[in-house]
Amino acid sequence: MFPIVKAEKLADKIYLMDVAAPRVAKSCLPGEFVIVKIDEVGERIPLTICDYNREAGTVTIVIQVVGASTQRMCELGAGDAFEDFVGPLGNPSELVKEDPEELKKKHIVFVAGGLGTAPVYPQVKWLHEHGVDADVIVGARNKEMIILEDEMRAVAGNLYITTDDGSYVRKGMGTDVLRELVEKDGKHYDLCIAIGPMIMMKFVCLLTKELDIPTVVSMNPIMIDGTGMCGGCRLMVGGQVKFACVDGPEFDGHLVDFDGAMKRQQMYKTQEGRALLRLQEGESHHGGCGNCEDGGAR
Amino acid sequence: MDVLKKVPVREQDPKVRATNFDEVCLGYNKEEAMAEASRCLKCKNARCMGGCPVSINIPGFIKEVENGDFEAAAKIIAQSSALPAVCGRVCPQETQCEGVCVRGVKGEPISIGKLERFVADWSRENGFVPEAPEKTNGHKVAVIGSGPSGLTCAGDLAKLGYEVTIFEALHQPGGVLSYGIPEFRLPKDTVVKTEIENVKKLGVKIETDVVIGKSVTIDELLEDEGFEAVFIGSGAGLPMFMGIPGEEANGVFSANEYLTRSNLMKAFRDDYDTPIAAGKKVAVVGGGNVAMDAARTALRLGADVHIVYRRSEAELPARAEEVHHAKEEGIQFDLLTNPTEILTDEKGWVRGMRCIRMELGEPDASGRRRPVPIPGSEFEMELDTVIMSLGTSPNPLISNTTKGLEINRRKCIVAEEATGKTSKDGVYAGGDAVTGAATVILAMEAGRAGARGIHEYLSGEKAEA
Repeated sequence: MFPIVKAEKLADKIYLMDVAAPRVAKSCLPGEFVIVKIDEVGERIPLTICDYNREAGTVTIVIQVVGASTQRMCELGAGDAFEDFVGPLGNPSELVKEDPEELKKKHIVFVAGGLGTAPVYPQVKWLHEHGVDADVIVGARNKEMIILEDEMRAVAGNLYITTDDGSYVRKGMGTDVLRELVEKDGKHYDLCIAIGPMIMMKFVCLLTKELDIPTVVSMNPIMIDGTGMCGGCRLMVGGQVKFACVDGPEFDGHLVDFDGAMKRQQMYKTQEGRALLRLQEGESHHGGCGNCEDGGAR
Repeated sequence: MDVLKKVPVREQDPKVRATNFDEVCLGYNKEEAMAEASRCLKCKNARCMGGCPVSINIPGFIKEVENGDFEAAAKIIAQSSALPAVCGRVCPQETQCEGVCVRGVKGEPISIGKLERFVADWSRENGFVPEAPEKTNGHKVAVIGSGPSGLTCAGDLAKLGYEVTIFEALHQPGGVLSYGIPEFRLPKDTVVKTEIENVKKLGVKIETDVVIGKSVTIDELLEDEGFEAVFIGSGAGLPMFMGIPGEEANGVFSANEYLTRSNLMKAFRDDYDTPIAAGKKVAVVGGGNVAMDAARTALRLGADVHIVYRRSEAELPARAEEVHHAKEEGIQFDLLTNPTEILTDEKGWVRGMRCIRMELGEPDASGRRRPVPIPGSEFEMELDTVIMSLGTSPNPLISNTTKGLEINRRKCIVAEEATGKTSKDGVYAGGDAVTGAATVILAMEAGRAGARGIHEYLSGEKAEA
């Protein structure tokens, strides 16, 4: 069992938890993820690592309620425990493998969409700790859905917040901010890291291709085991089949076939897809995976 | 009774079992087992033992069954196998022990597998448990993976007094016994759990949710956690796909994903959260045991199921019994047929599969006649689900993170067959991680070899083979 040592609500249906998982806390790095299972009948839910404390042996995760299993997970509080918490899985961000001195010479911009702020945070924090200040653009539907603002401000070089409805700071998408920073403010970036809903990452990549900024994205498709065994998380990158769990989750955003990946995701995201899925999954369709709800990225 | 014929084994009626996940084969009762055992010729030079990868004393245990001393029979099997209830059910006996049985020269061979299963089931039902050694020898060994090779290696080492910890990546131990082989062939709660409990009763610890190479590396186990030797039994790895157009469509699954959802995550049960796309018209591509398991699972979830295999029936790699059971249950076999494209609708969903008919040409490297496409024979199948069961390629997690561990051209770990010794000092390996996808019993044989190698390495003594 993996005890929850802290639980707090960040926004509507979004919760942050510190979980005691010494093996994961000891070895994890920014960019990696865990798979969490609440109990015997629960699903295996992949979640990105938001932060970690090697001394305390805890790992911070952010969970959004999207279905039965995540609903039950979010109802837990400090003192409760998850039955399974396995990781770290996937590959660490390329950044952490680079020489910090080289990184200091680079201008890096992050674009985080909604819940994507959670996996962006540990990367920005890691850079900050190694003396690299990165610009961070955080976009969300509205003011209420902005998470980890203070934490991010403490580690980012510049933090730019934008909301779809203009209820906080400014109105617009993350891509609007990035375009302005480059075209109006004359900023130059050597690397962009975009994490958020698939459609957002697709549009960031279209823009950065135009602006000629190499771009890394983090994919979070359907998966079960997270160790390469099931192949459910496959996607096309540069014309080759890749498994998000063992080859990713980060990929060159300019090579990812987003349309194909989104078609796969449509299985869970469109009315029609969901209806078909209910039909196909028959009695076993419990909505447990939560993909039938309007989930967005992790 | 006719000594040339096997005592028939009772099975669930095909029509009934096609709608449930209960075990197909019901096994022998006492009387049936004793009658079948009486057919054994008790050969002095027992060829069946040579046909068994773990060299069970087959005439010895069968003699005890004939006498009605099932506990004695169980003890004889336990000397060689830690998982008899599993092996009695899933070994390809027709190509091993039963394939060389002298009784089989003129009539039918002895039902060795069914007798092994009977003894193991009797032991479980009568509470017969293996005895743990009185004290350990203080040497710590780590075993990676709790599938057939890992459990066997751990069991053998524990009997020799080692303190063994198994690390399992998934949330449940058992490896392929838990996630791969379906309930109707290998019941989980009774058979698999009990055999794993028996290994634990020998003193073996199992730590689940640990991915070696990620949560902790082999080098860290050896340097920081006090393990003196490691056995890698991490299994087969990543599912392969054909590389044909349309394979990313919604409704295309690897057999691993399909079976894991059903077996490990229990998607077929209402009270579990994980869903499974059962499909109404399903094609399973491949002809091995895994393909049969996926096909028969889809059938039980209510689908009309076709097996699509590029060679002919004689080349089907699956056990004869699985093919027979699949046919009885109504699985249709499209043999000498190969997919060329998965057809999708405008939303990216499977709507069918284009295939081409094949004929057998000259033998290839495997000795089997190579299937060759027949020009102009393309046709389309209407489908909503395609399950790819084409084998696996090795998982790079361990080889990429372990210093000095040699892998071969196929990216499998290089290990000596007799001892499991790898290129890295103190590290041994066996099972699918070394050979590529094979069978439960071959993995167990490799687990035993690894235990011998590790014992020799740590004690300087030769263990009994």
